[in-house]
Amino acid sequence: MTMTKGGSAKPPRSGAAAIPPASPPPPKTRERRSHVPAAGTEHAAAIEKAQREMLHEGTRAQSVPADAHPAHAASAAAREARARIGADVVCEALIRQGVGVFFSYPGGVILPLYDVLGDYPELRHVLVRHEQGGAHAADGYARATGKVGVCMGTSGPGATNLVTGIGTAQLDSIPIVAITGNVPSALIGKDAFQEIDINGITLPMTKHNYLVRNADDLPRVLAEAFHIARTGRPGPVHVDITKDALQQETTAPHPTDAEVIAGLPGFRPNMDGHYRQLKTAAAEIAAAKRPMILAGHGVLHAHAEAELLAFAEKTSIPIAWTLLGIGAVDERHPLAYGYMGMHGWKHVNRAIQSADLLFAIGMRFDDRVTGNVRTYAPYARIVHVDIDPAEIGKNVAVEVPIVGDAKRVLKAIAPMVEATPIEARRDYLDQLAEWKQDSLGSSWHGSGAWRDGLLSADYVVQRIGELTDHEAIYVADVGQNQMWLARYAGFRHPNTHLSSGGLGTMGYSMPAAMGAALGVPEREVWAIAGDGGFQMTLQELMTLVQDRIPVKIALFDNKKLGMIRQWQEIIYAGNYHSAHLLGPDYLKLADAYGIPATKASSPAEVDDAIRFAQGVDGPALVWFEIAGEQNVFPMMPAGKGLSDLIEHWGGPEE
Amino acid sequence: MSDKPAGSAAPPAAVVSPAHTAPPPRALPGGGATKVHRLVALVLDKPGVLNRVSSLMRARNFNIDSLAVSHTDQEGLSRMTITLHGDDVAVEQAAKQLYRLIDVLKVQDVTEEPTIEHELALVKVRVSDANRGEVLKLVELSKGRVVDLTGESAVVEVTGTEAEVDAFVALVRTYGIKELVRTGAVVMTRGAGSIEEALKR
Repeated sequence: MTMTKGGSAKPPRSGAAAIPPASPPPPKTRERRSHVPAAGTEHAAAIEKAQREMLHEGTRAQSVPADAHPAHAASAAAREARARIGADVVCEALIRQGVGVFFSYPGGVILPLYDVLGDYPELRHVLVRHEQGGAHAADGYARATGKVGVCMGTSGPGATNLVTGIGTAQLDSIPIVAITGNVPSALIGKDAFQEIDINGITLPMTKHNYLVRNADDLPRVLAEAFHIARTGRPGPVHVDITKDALQQETTAPHPTDAEVIAGLPGFRPNMDGHYRQLKTAAAEIAAAKRPMILAGHGVLHAHAEAELLAFAEKTSIPIAWTLLGIGAVDERHPLAYGYMGMHGWKHVNRAIQSADLLFAIGMRFDDRVTGNVRTYAPYARIVHVDIDPAEIGKNVAVEVPIVGDAKRVLKAIAPMVEATPIEARRDYLDQLAEWKQDSLGSSWHGSGAWRDGLLSADYVVQRIGELTDHEAIYVADVGQNQMWLARYAGFRHPNTHLSSGGLGTMGYSMPAAMGAALGVPEREVWAIAGDGGFQMTLQELMTLVQDRIPVKIALFDNKKLGMIRQWQEIIYAGNYHSAHLLGPDYLKLADAYGIPATKASSPAEVDDAIRFAQGVDGPALVWFEIAGEQNVFPMMPAGKGLSDLIEHWGGPEE
Repeated sequence: MSDKPAGSAAPPAAVVSPAHTAPPPRALPGGGATKVHRLVALVLDKPGVLNRVSSLMRARNFNIDSLAVSHTDQEGLSRMTITLHGDDVAVEQAAKQLYRLIDVLKVQDVTEEPTIEHELALVKVRVSDANRGEVLKLVELSKGRVVDLTGESAVVEVTGTEAEVDAFVALVRTYGIKELVRTGAVVMTRGAGSIEEALKR
C-alpha cells in the first residue's frame, strides 16, 4: 500500500443551511420523579446510615481483618460464589497495597469494576464529581499520608480528565496510581466510542505506564505500579486496563515483593551515596565559612526530617527550604532560615547569594528557585544530593554530585563532618539574623491593606495558622494565595503544607484537601483557594457533602486573578486584560450545596469566621473578601536573578 | 559533573556584601563544543519501548540523528544505538534521562571508546548501457556489492562508517540516485569487554 500525504481534496460541504430548520418540539409534560428519597423517609434514613458507616470504616479500614465484620464475611462469601475476574484482581491489589480509600468516577468500560466493588467493603470508594478532582484527591492523600494515592476513571474523557492531576503528581514527584478502563482490546485502534490513546498521552508525563489486555497480567502489573510509584523518586504510574481484561476470569496469583523487584531489572534506584563523594562533601563543609542547606521535597519523601536537623545542628548550618520543602524543619528552630525563591524571603535569597557553599538536598534548582542561573549564588560551590541522577547537573553545574536517598545520605555523612558549635559561626549567623530582622520588618506583612481597613490576605493566612495552632494541614491553590500561605501560615510539621509547585495547577486546593482529610482524619484540613482556582474545581463541593469530608475552605476573594493582575501591573505596564474575575454569591452557592458558610470582609471579622468553620462538624466555607489589589512582595521577575527582587511598587507604600 | 567549577570565584573571606565584588557569571550546564555522540542502550524488548525513548528525546529537546534497534542474543533484550549531537553535558543529561525509563537497563556513551561502527545503505543508481561498466567499477572499488541489476538501475549495497557511506553516495550521485535507504549506525566496542555481560554482574 502506498500512502501519500495530502491525498485528494474532498468536495466542499454543501453547508448546514440545506437542512430545513426544525420546528420546536411540543413541550412534554412529565411527571416529576426523583431517584433521591425525600428527607425523613425510611430510605433516606438508610442512606444516611450507610454513609455514616462508610465514613467511619474508611478511617480504620486497613486495620480491619477481612473476616472480622459480618458484612465483610458476607462479601467474602459473595466473592467465593463466583469466578474471580480481572476486576477482582484490581480490588485485591488495592487491599494488598493498603489502599483504604480511592477516588473514582464510573463510565462504560470501567463498569465491570463497579460491578464487583460492592463485594469489597474494605475499600472505600469516593465518587468525585470530575476525574480531575479524583486525581488531585489521590495526590493530596499521598502527600498527606506518604502512601500511594489511587484514582480511577473510565476511557476517553474520563481518562483525559485525569491528565491534569497526573501531570501535577509527575512534576512534584507524588506517588499515585491512576487506573483507567479502556475499550475492549479488539476495538483498540478502531476509534471506538470513548476511545483515546490515553497510554500515548500519559507516556511522557508519568514515571511509567501500562496497557493491560489480559487479566493474567493484572496482578503483576498492579504490584509493579505501586512499587514503581513509591520507590526511589516517587511519581505517578498509570495503568490502563481493557474492558475485556476486567471481565476475563483469571487465577493468576499476586507476586511477592521479591518477584516484583526481580521482574523490574531496569528499576534499581541508587539509595546510598557514594562513599568518596560523601567524603568530598564533608571536606567542602569543613572548608566553608558561609554554608547554607537547601532542603527540598526529597527530605519529606525520604522522611529525613530528623536526620536533616541532626546534621544541621552538628554543623551549625542554617536551613533554607523550597516551596515543597516547607515542613522539612520546624520554622521556629534557630537554624530554620526560611523559604527561598521567586516570592521567598529577601533574607533567604540574600544569604544564598552570599553563601560560599550550598548543600542542596532533595531539590532540583527549579527556575522559580534560581532565577537567572548566571547570577545565582555566584560565590557558592554546590553539593547536590538527589536520588535521581538526572536532576544533578540539569539546571546548574555542581561541584559535588551525590546520588542517593536523603535520609541515607544524611545518616552516612553525619559522622564524617566535624561538629561545629554555633559560636564558631557567630559572625555569620549574627549577620543572617540581622538580615532576617530587616527582611521581616520591611515586608508587607501586617501592613498596607490592613491599615486602610481592608482585609489583607497575609493577615488572614497568619490567623488561620495561629487559630489552628499550626497543627492543621494547609492546602494551597495556585497564585498569590499559594505564596501568602507559604510565607505567613507558619509550618511546624512535615506533610502539612500541600501545594502544586511544579505544574502550578489552579483548582488544586479543594480536591487535594479532600484526599488529605480522608488520609489524615486526625488533623484539621484547610484549603486555601483564590476565587480563580476555586471556580475551576468547585464541583467537588458536592463530594465533600456526599462523603461528609470535613474540609474547611478559606476562599480568598479579591475578584481578581491576583497573580495575573500583579504581573500585568509590574511587567505588562498595567494592561489588565482578563485580570478581573466575576464570581457568584459564595454564601448562596455554599447554601445550595448544603455547606455552612460565612463571610469576613474586615480584619475584625476574621477570627470569628475561622472559628465558625472550625466549629462545623463537616465541610465549611469561609468567604474572605480581601483587598482587591494586594501584591506579593518581594518578587523576582522571571528571568532576573535572586539579587533583583522587587520589594515595593507604585506609591510610597506599595 | 562539569569539569569547570561553577563557583570558581574565591568565596568572600569575611562577611562582606557581594555587591562590592563583581563575581564571574555562574557557568551553565552544557554550552561546550558540540560533537556527534553514540549512545548504546540495552532495553527490555517490550511494546512501546521505542516510543518511550523517542518521546523522551523529543520532550527533552534532544535531537536524534539516527537510531537503530535490534534484538540481542539474550531473550527479551533489545539494543539501541542512538546517534545524536550535543555537548558532553547535554548528552550525559540525555543518557541520564534515558536511564530513568523503567524499561531501559543500561545506557553507555561509547563516543570516546575504541569502537567498530557500521552502517548499511542500499542505493538504487540510475544506469544506462553507456555507463553501467563505470558504475560497477566504482562499486567494486568502494567494496560495495550489486544486489539487483536491471537495464536502467543497479541496487548497490554498501557498508562502512557513516563517512564511508557518505563518500560512496557522493560518488554515485552524478549518475543519478533513484532511491536511497540507510540503516543508521550500529556500534560495538573493540576488545573482549561486553556491555551485555557488564549488565549481568
